[in-house]
Amino acid sequence: MGSYNWNWPILLKEPYFTWIVTGFGKTILIAVLAWAIAFPLGSAIGIARTADNRALRYAGTAYVDIFRNIPLLVQMFLWYFVVPELLPADWGRWVKREMPYPQFTTAVVCLGLYTASRVAEQMRSGIDAIPRGQRNAGLAMGLKPSQVYRYVLIPVAYRTIIPPLTSDFLGVFKNSSLALTIGVLELTSQARQIEEYTFAAFEAFTVATVLYCLVTGLVILIMRILEGRTRIAGTLAVGAQ
Amino acid sequence: MIELKNVSKWYGPFRVLDDCSMSIAKGEVVVICGPSGSGKSTLIKCINGLEPFTKGTITVEDISVGDRSTNLPKLRSRIGMVFQNFELFPHMTAAENIVLAQQKVLGRDRAAAEAKGHELLDRMGLAEQAAKYPSQLSGGQQQRVAIARALAMDPIAMLFDEPTSALDPEMITEVLDVMVKLAEEGMTMAVVTHEMGFARKVANRIVFMDQGTIVEDADKESFFGTPRSERAQLFLSKILQH
Amino acid sequence: MFGSFDFAILWANAPFLWNGMLLTLQLTGLAVTGGLLLGTVLAVARLSPIKPLAWVVEAYVNFLRSMPLILVIFWFYTLVPKLIGRPVSSFYSVLIAFVMFEAAYYSEIIRAGISSVRRGQISAAMALGLTKMQSMRYVILPQAVRNMVPVLLTQSIVMLQDTSLVYVVGLRDFLTSADIVASRDNRPTELYLFVALVFLVICFSASRLANRLQRKYAL
Repeated sequence: MGSYNWNWPILLKEPYFTWIVTGFGKTILIAVLAWAIAFPLGSAIGIARTADNRALRYAGTAYVDIFRNIPLLVQMFLWYFVVPELLPADWGRWVKREMPYPQFTTAVVCLGLYTASRVAEQMRSGIDAIPRGQRNAGLAMGLKPSQVYRYVLIPVAYRTIIPPLTSDFLGVFKNSSLALTIGVLELTSQARQIEEYTFAAFEAFTVATVLYCLVTGLVILIMRILEGRTRIAGTLAVGAQ
Repeated sequence: MIELKNVSKWYGPFRVLDDCSMSIAKGEVVVICGPSGSGKSTLIKCINGLEPFTKGTITVEDISVGDRSTNLPKLRSRIGMVFQNFELFPHMTAAENIVLAQQKVLGRDRAAAEAKGHELLDRMGLAEQAAKYPSQLSGGQQQRVAIARALAMDPIAMLFDEPTSALDPEMITEVLDVMVKLAEEGMTMAVVTHEMGFARKVANRIVFMDQGTIVEDADKESFFGTPRSERAQLFLSKILQH
Repeated sequence: MFGSFDFAILWANAPFLWNGMLLTLQLTGLAVTGGLLLGTVLAVARLSPIKPLAWVVEAYVNFLRSMPLILVIFWFYTLVPKLIGRPVSSFYSVLIAFVMFEAAYYSEIIRAGISSVRRGQISAAMALGLTKMQSMRYVILPQAVRNMVPVLLTQSIVMLQDTSLVYVVGLRDFLTSADIVASRDNRPTELYLFVALVFLVICFSASRLANRLQRKYAL
């Protein structure tokens, strides 16, 4: 390590500084957009897995099993290289030639659908953890099943799964780094690029590391506040592995 | 045999035990009762050092429990304890539960330990359950196995911490019967319980605790006849209604 | 859609792909073993009464869990040769990265497993006169291990999937090998679908096994 030439100031020079900023921005954007897909979709699938309707349950389980058992990187390649080939000719052509920001969009869609499977698991375990008696009490009052879900089950489930959901939300930020394999210039790829141009490996990777840790710390803090504000007295958090 | 002198335990401003003194002679059966939070469970757990205490002394056959130089595991091997939630080891069969401490603490060889275990289970009518796991036994059966596990160590005294509180009503009797027999055989016992019927039958003395202090310590007749303190009277009236 | 699907290409490159799979399995096996060993040490350190030690380990675990695995791989890929002073094969750099990374996750699972044993069990063991070591050995650890194993297995399945990330440093695992063939012969569809299918089968079976273990042995 003695022969390493430290060069921190280079990170403040152009174009490297801009690379870091845009890279970080892309990371945040990918994560937020992917979560915007994953959260509603995953909630719906998770609810489907607890439904009385067997078809819904099987469909939900199939979704989760497929997305959880294929590595995320393989999924990324499938979306980017394979799906455009398998689509009907017109759609395929549009995706390959005319879709704006193809790599970015593909990364967001891939990450969103993958994370939805994780959200689905949390949602399912959150609802399953609610004693059956709650559902029965709702039905006995004359509420329809959809109302039971809306007023009785879902509000409670969301509150109890905040901790594991937090960890999945952080996972989206971390998994955004996989977008670099299809050419998206997010934070990690920019750090690598700086390293290749300047040989300031340590400095570049440190900045990336610090930024990721910052995001993690901030998210955990916000989630703790959220958990405190919405806590139901006397309940413990529940989650899936 | 067991002496508690001015035992106190506190966390910051919160006093769990406040200047408790009592003694249990050999062969005596002492029932400790009181409302929840009165510190009775804590007190009994101090006797075998499972709970530390801040002030006072506890001696068992002249060995001080609070003293740093005391060999606690050795002392504990001579006092048996039965817990509210049975606490059988779920990964071992009933027989293995009873054999473990005999082998590892008393150094008995396996054959002797197993024989002792079978003898005890047999006395309680549980010989058939020896090879079963705790999850396969009812609550009453589990608690009786737990008692056998403690008795296998040939203890000089037995401590019971609310032994029937976690049992369904129909199983309470089978456990109390075992405890009554134990008392009649002359075992020194300290029992934390709400079961006043049991107390009436075999207790020599009743100790009533409230908010960390011993409010009353009387022999059986006096306690059930005319308890001196108001709190004990109130407590008894609520309990004895059932 | 599947009209021009070309299975032959899979047959033709089977040995090459198989070598990739071997590397994947090798890397996974070594990383799981190393991760478990280091993870156990970390878990014990975190549960120890020596506060500074527990604190340092906690910081390490939280730190590693805040970063993407790809970044950790890059770190060790550039750092290990510099530390040792001479070039190191990427396999070893990557292996160290995986062991350090996964150990953080394993240590959390192990710590949770030990803490999950009911407190009353410790009381009961000590009330019988067992020493702290004896209680650990005969009462706590057997229960903790039985609860931990399904979760550790699940994490190992995750580990198997994570090894595909060696793509970023060009190590020829299963996915990278398939990618090489796909680019060379311009047949991404067949290759990537094949890779997806293989992983799906392996991971799905393994997670079913984990579920069965959970139902049978967890206390």
